[in-house]
Amino acid sequence: MIERRNLLKGILGMTAVFSAALLIPKLAFAQWSKAFDANTTEKAMTDMFNKTETTKSDKIYLKVPEIAENGAVVPVNITTDIDNVKTISIVALKNPQPLACSFTIPEGTDSDVSIRIRLFETMDVQAIVETHDGTLYSVQKEVKVTIGGCGG
Amino acid sequence: MKVKAKFENNKVEVKLLVKHPMDTGLQKDKKNGDLIPAKYIQELSCMHGDKLVFLANFGRAVSKDPYLAFSFSGGKAGDTLILKWFDNLGDNEETKVVIK
Amino acid sequence: MKRRIYLTLALASCITVTTSTFADPVSDNETIRSYFSDKFPDIALEDLVDGVYAIDKDSRDQWLQIEEFPPYEEAISKGEKLFTTPFTNGKSYAGCFDNGGISIKQNYPYFDTEKSQVVTLEQAVNNCRIENGEQPLPYGKGAIAYITSYMASTSRGELINVTIPNDAAKAAYEEGKQFFYSRRGQLNMACATCHMANAGKRLRADILSPALGQVSHFPAFRFKWDDVGTIQRRYAGCNTQIRAKPFELQSAQYRNLEYFHTYMSNGLAINGPGTRK
Repeated sequence: MIERRNLLKGILGMTAVFSAALLIPKLAFAQWSKAFDANTTEKAMTDMFNKTETTKSDKIYLKVPEIAENGAVVPVNITTDIDNVKTISIVALKNPQPLACSFTIPEGTDSDVSIRIRLFETMDVQAIVETHDGTLYSVQKEVKVTIGGCGG
Repeated sequence: MKVKAKFENNKVEVKLLVKHPMDTGLQKDKKNGDLIPAKYIQELSCMHGDKLVFLANFGRAVSKDPYLAFSFSGGKAGDTLILKWFDNLGDNEETKVVIK
Repeated sequence: MKRRIYLTLALASCITVTTSTFADPVSDNETIRSYFSDKFPDIALEDLVDGVYAIDKDSRDQWLQIEEFPPYEEAISKGEKLFTTPFTNGKSYAGCFDNGGISIKQNYPYFDTEKSQVVTLEQAVNNCRIENGEQPLPYGKGAIAYITSYMASTSRGELINVTIPNDAAKAAYEEGKQFFYSRRGQLNMACATCHMANAGKRLRADILSPALGQVSHFPAFRFKWDDVGTIQRRYAGCNTQIRAKPFELQSAQYRNLEYFHTYMSNGLAINGPGTRK
């Protein structure tokens, strides 16, 4: 009797897990593996967006430090006034794998994300905003990453 | 996962910190010189009921103990959010949090 | 480039630092406070407990974001657990300290008139362990730093109140002061060279923190250590960086230095443990 109850619990539990998994867009999984492994910005852009051209926009507000306190923990905040945002991505142009992360912005979610990334050296950090019609907008800023000193 | 979810100005603001080494696979173990295998979160999602309100895909350049902040409309104090992450080795963690 | 920077610093300190202007501890403090008021006219002295983050906006913004989930929280939890766990003999740390060890860090280091020496909080923790039949903990990092991090967290907001009860204490204070202003190491620098004369300026990648308010946030979680560490761990590190042989942790030299260094910040609030580079 008890065994049957546990078996049913187990089946119901598994069903819950599977149905939750189905709700997460499959597209996310498919896009993941290639673009994030790319060793050049061109390849990462091609794998992620099928294009490499972006339009510079002054409607993207990229907040990064001028000088990173700690190159392993660099805070990045991106907000934008652009409408119909599909994704916001961060490209660290001189990192071994330039595509650092990508955020899907569903309807109702603000185009305002914050994260901390690793930068291996001084480089430009680029914010790419993708709209639902496939256009890519971007802005970039330099972040200085230093070593050497005493800790202050 | 430490999560702060606050309802303010008609929006739900979420801030979170996940305890995760985010090993890139490029660093060596100081003790034996072997490469520490890559172990890093690849996907982190936030569900509000049956709606996906946020989805993040990470590469190896996201910092150890990833921090994320985002916000959305449509939720209110008392609602539950389900946050879940998966890493490249198949490990995952799910956290439920009530919006304050 | 390196040589030029060090030469500049050495010259700068020659001009601005002379020990003979100081008379007694109280007027030492007045002199130091007005020195830093002049140096940082737009910063309230009590805000100097935030060190570089009171001076530089770019690094302050990064620090504030990190503070949303402070990296020292784990150290405080570990410290609380260690502090509240009884010894094998059934007694606990609370029995060794005033007020059960809660909210007392602002009174340390103190001068033990019987033993006639400076006692730091870390030492007091180990003295407590030894009195209760336990092995002392290694200084600088690990358990000792978690315990004093916890104790510091219970003292947040309390004003530093180090006292100099007698002549022997004053002598210890003077020794600490001497250490602070004496050049040492292959780079021939004194604590004062960087943290008085050149506070707020850049030394290669880093901004030098001012000596006033410096002890308030220790033990500190440093990115470099990826963990918390005590002020004396930092003393040893700083001395190594100027190519001087560091003293033993809790040696007379470092205890007297900590005594002088903390007395300087009397009246400023404890805000440890803090996050730093």
